[in-house]
Amino acid sequence: MFSSFMVNAWIVGTIVAVVAGAVGFFVVTRGSSFAAHALPNGSFAGAAGAALIGIDTLIGLAVCSLLGALGIALLGRRGRHDVATALVLVLMLALGSLFLSLSSQYAPAVYSLLFGEILGIGSNELAPTAGLAAASVLGLAVLYRPLMLSSVLSEVAQARGIRDFAIELGFLVVVALTAAMTIPVVGTLLVFTLMIGAPAAARSVTDSPGRAMTLSVAIAIGTVWGAIALSYDTNYPIGFFVGTISSGCYLLGRLAAAHRRRPARAATSAPAAART
Amino acid sequence: MTFIHYLFEPGFFGSGPVHRALIVGAIAALVAGPLGVFTVLRGQSFAGEALGDIGTTGGSGAYLVGVGPLWGFLVFNVAAVAVMELIGVQRRRGRDLATGVVLGSGLGLAALFLYLESTHQSTTGTTVSVLFGSLFSVAGATVPIAIAVAAVVLTLLLAVGRPLLLASANPELASARGISVRLTGYAYLLALSLAVALCAVTIGSILSTALLIGPAAAALRVSARPVWTMGIAVGLAIAAAWIGVLLAYDSYTWPPHHQGWPVSFFVVALVLVIYLGCGAVARLRRPRRAIAPPHAGASDPRAIVA
Repeated sequence: MFSSFMVNAWIVGTIVAVVAGAVGFFVVTRGSSFAAHALPNGSFAGAAGAALIGIDTLIGLAVCSLLGALGIALLGRRGRHDVATALVLVLMLALGSLFLSLSSQYAPAVYSLLFGEILGIGSNELAPTAGLAAASVLGLAVLYRPLMLSSVLSEVAQARGIRDFAIELGFLVVVALTAAMTIPVVGTLLVFTLMIGAPAAARSVTDSPGRAMTLSVAIAIGTVWGAIALSYDTNYPIGFFVGTISSGCYLLGRLAAAHRRRPARAATSAPAAART
Repeated sequence: MTFIHYLFEPGFFGSGPVHRALIVGAIAALVAGPLGVFTVLRGQSFAGEALGDIGTTGGSGAYLVGVGPLWGFLVFNVAAVAVMELIGVQRRRGRDLATGVVLGSGLGLAALFLYLESTHQSTTGTTVSVLFGSLFSVAGATVPIAIAVAAVVLTLLLAVGRPLLLASANPELASARGISVRLTGYAYLLALSLAVALCAVTIGSILSTALLIGPAAAALRVSARPVWTMGIAVGLAIAAAWIGVLLAYDSYTWPPHHQGWPVSFFVVALVLVIYLGCGAVARLRRPRRAIAPPHAGASDPRAIVA
């Protein structure tokens, strides 16, 4: 499991989990699960297009997910945000299927693009992945305060002169970069489970943003490590384990929150009952 | 005559797969139009999209056990709706999260099914045909089932259409009038899951949203009256499906390989063109109704009750 060809997988998997966990915290807080689902899906077209013209997959992924972020932000300015997201998403997917049918790529390649392929990570992908990770973490650090304010109290943020559109666009770009680097590992269809499952579980356990973010990163790392190990042992696709473990974490978080809230509710309802 | 030949490649009207593709496309469009209008009004595009994606699980599972993909789409979509409802998809807050979580576990399962499929039967085309659709290879036996499903959806809509419309546009008013917002919500999700299954057969599970959302959103841009909007949406969806089939048929003579471009690509591209076109039409018409406040255009849900 820790042999030389797996070392890259472990390193890349860990980088991916750290960034996805941190960015995912804001995805969940801002309620932009749909965009987080759409961007990686859309960048499928980038990977397929890169295969068609013969350039590096990661470049195609990054370019296309950035274009997707721009498209969603611009189309969403007027009209309905979710409709814009859905239409951009399906257009990119359809383009991806066109590129695939035009190039001579066959189904196994499609499959590993969609559902992830941890064993296929070479050492030449380490540097670009680390670069993209640094870019998204840097973006997140720059955006951190205004983003937090506009996610939690959007009126206050506007009153302070923070421009919603600029923040939204910046945030989408960070999500796009994260998606681009996560896709080769987890696959386009399952990237967002990593960005949603872990932070959602973390947020249902704690209310403090700092702690929730740390916990979210920890859960994401746990998910990816578990998925790599299980996928290596069973030979089943890694996407299956990432999706299942993420949902499991969310479920556990919900149960824990429900358990925590019950005594609290009883305590608050008691004085109310006494007053009547 | 030569023009007609240029437009319709020879053999277009005589081919069995083309007939089936046109019929299935029209059925899906007929159901997607009205359901799409409700979906856009309720802001539940993500639910529609998620159901389509979860259909991937059903479609691949159906290949695994050897039945038609439509059955898989139907069974898994209805099951997914039940789970989403269970973990609270109806509440506006946290709704996207619930949808996302169900979607994530569904896709994980789809990955497993497709993997098992490809290792057990060593056919590799399933992934592409489930995800991106293959309208020209729809089996003849699927057509009657599709018609039956469409009939169920339309009956359901006729039964709950009016209260559902009110509950979608203005939940407070609806509950004040004694309409159960929750119950109509169930009915809507059930109808949606069946409609998405039909769309998935037409253009593939992960592209099915296009046929559901696109024409409806386009129609809402040019019309504010509910029944008109649904009619226009159906018309636009049929146009996208049929022209898509025609272009895909013609594209067998196109470069680079002379092997045809995917039908689903044409349908989705046409849907987007229609959406943008309707936006342009709405913008041209806007100056005439200067009385309306700047943001209450045709795309405002309140315009429907007003």
